Amino acid sequence: MQLESSAQRPIIGTGASELGGSIKAGSGKKFDRKNRLLIYNRFFKIACIASAVFVCLVLFSILFFMFRTGVLTFQDVSPMTFFFSTDWSPENESYGAFVFIFGTFALTLLTLVISVPLSVIIAVFLAEVAPKWLRNILRPVLDLLVGIPSVVYGFLGLTILIPLLRDLTGTNMGDGILAAAIVLTIMVLPTISRISDDAISVVPRKYRDASYALGATRFQTIFKVIVPAARSGIMYAVILGMARAIGETMAVVMVIGNTPQLADALFKPTSVLTSNIVMQIANVPFDSTWNNALYMMGFLLLIISLLMIVLVRMFQRKGAQQ
Amino acid sequence: MLLMVLTLTVALAACGQKNNSSNGGNASEGSSLSGSFLASGSSALQPLVDQVSKKFMDANSGVSVQVQAGGSGTGLTQVSEGQSQIGNSDVFAEEKLDAAKAAELVDHQVAVVGMAAVVNKDITIDNLTKQQLVDIFTGKVTNWKDVGGNDQKIQIINRPSSSGTRATFEKFALGQKSEDLQGSIQEDSSGTVKKLVGETPGAIGYLALSYLDDSVKAVKYEGVEASADNVANGTYPVWAYEHMYTKGEPDAAIKAFLDYMMSDEVQNGDVVELGYIPANKMQVKRDVDGNITK
Repeated sequence: MQLESSAQRPIIGTGASELGGSIKAGSGKKFDRKNRLLIYNRFFKIACIASAVFVCLVLFSILFFMFRTGVLTFQDVSPMTFFFSTDWSPENESYGAFVFIFGTFALTLLTLVISVPLSVIIAVFLAEVAPKWLRNILRPVLDLLVGIPSVVYGFLGLTILIPLLRDLTGTNMGDGILAAAIVLTIMVLPTISRISDDAISVVPRKYRDASYALGATRFQTIFKVIVPAARSGIMYAVILGMARAIGETMAVVMVIGNTPQLADALFKPTSVLTSNIVMQIANVPFDSTWNNALYMMGFLLLIISLLMIVLVRMFQRKGAQQ
Repeated sequence: MLLMVLTLTVALAACGQKNNSSNGGNASEGSSLSGSFLASGSSALQPLVDQVSKKFMDANSGVSVQVQAGGSGTGLTQVSEGQSQIGNSDVFAEEKLDAAKAAELVDHQVAVVGMAAVVNKDITIDNLTKQQLVDIFTGKVTNWKDVGGNDQKIQIINRPSSSGTRATFEKFALGQKSEDLQGSIQEDSSGTVKKLVGETPGAIGYLALSYLDDSVKAVKYEGVEASADNVANGTYPVWAYEHMYTKGEPDAAIKAFLDYMMSDEVQNGDVVELGYIPANKMQVKRDVDGNITK
């Protein structure tokens, strides 16, 4: 039936589903070229839709599963206690996750405070200052840095950074939120600076010319014209870096100390959502409150990173409108 | 049907060969065992089970053993729910699962692990009493001079509160639960604990005897040195069984594997070689509640 309807339409099809509509005369056999094409197209379409549905299904089943297990926590622990109590000692039946939630945000914030200015300066250097040959070396180097597994960063943090911090500051251990933030900074630096670099590079040349024509110095041009013009791209880079920092586990667990106490000092061993989950999940029986509480913390992480993605999409759209 | 006959023939043929070639030493293994099973759980026990399972599979070509490490809690839950056939654990099932579930599991104690408090090599003391350890791990004492050492801050390097090693140490060395102290750090693996104790001034932690080497200093407990002999004769109390749990009585292949585990060949060979203490050397026994019997 679709065969006939598409044959009556104009020769030039308007959508993918009408591909093959341009072939007017079939040989009349059942499986001539035209019919075959239409069948292929239909199958292709179904395959695409099925793949898309599959991805959504995976996402929602993960969310559903984490939530279903996590929400069981609240049979034994009140939400108020879980979200706002700082006492995490599961062996005594107290499940206060505030330490970890706070730790996650504090660590991410500290990471961004160190990494964003550095990354933006690197990006400016790459896009505006560096000579072409240096740029051609540095960009692939940064791309390679993005691909280094996080456990490598964590191991370097444990073997080099921790003893260094211990000697430099005279603290007893060196473990803590600062050590973790430094490791994370090194991890997210390439991501943020490469994407910001791309954003700065696509700022139209006329902006620069106009700025120079007004008598602005190079410094003024870069920080008053070019960086603001690339703002949405840089924000996008920052949020991507942030998402990576929030979800990072291995590198953090090796340098943060993993003690459930509030991160109110730079060198105090503390713990975040990811590190606490990975430290404890293996030794916890599956249907205990302890296990459920860890799932709830995983669900929180998922929600936080989903929010990040939504933010990224918003900035992308804003960037596209400009 | 044809397939079944074929496999049977092949299995029988294989067994025949085995029986001919083996010279009586492994009498129990030549039988027509087949099947596959999964042993999951404790990462402390995993190297032993892994090594023994390879030998067992070499001797019994019809059996396939998979070994996974995922922690004692995972092992116990999986064997209790039937996802694995053997659950490896550092602690008694009763301590992790509810009584009803634990009652279904059959305990096979295959080895013993001793644990010692270890300190940084610069610490001058070489003995700690139970009370001193309790004071240190509950934060009452924070300087080495209060337990007879130099004037130096004590840095605790602990294991996470879910860890079986920590549970054992707390139960038998401290005699009480301890909390994660402010300023202490928790590390996930014995290797990291050893490294950090070795390089951090004033550090104290605890390790299984198999991990001890020159980089850290093991301290005596109440004057008793932490050694395999002292654990075996009952004078050194900080040790735990390594358990392999099955749900109900095991089938033939699993039973043969567990028997092989308990054989003198494995107990005096692999178990000792990997730093565990053979279960059959123990002159004392301990039940779930920690009561010691000779």
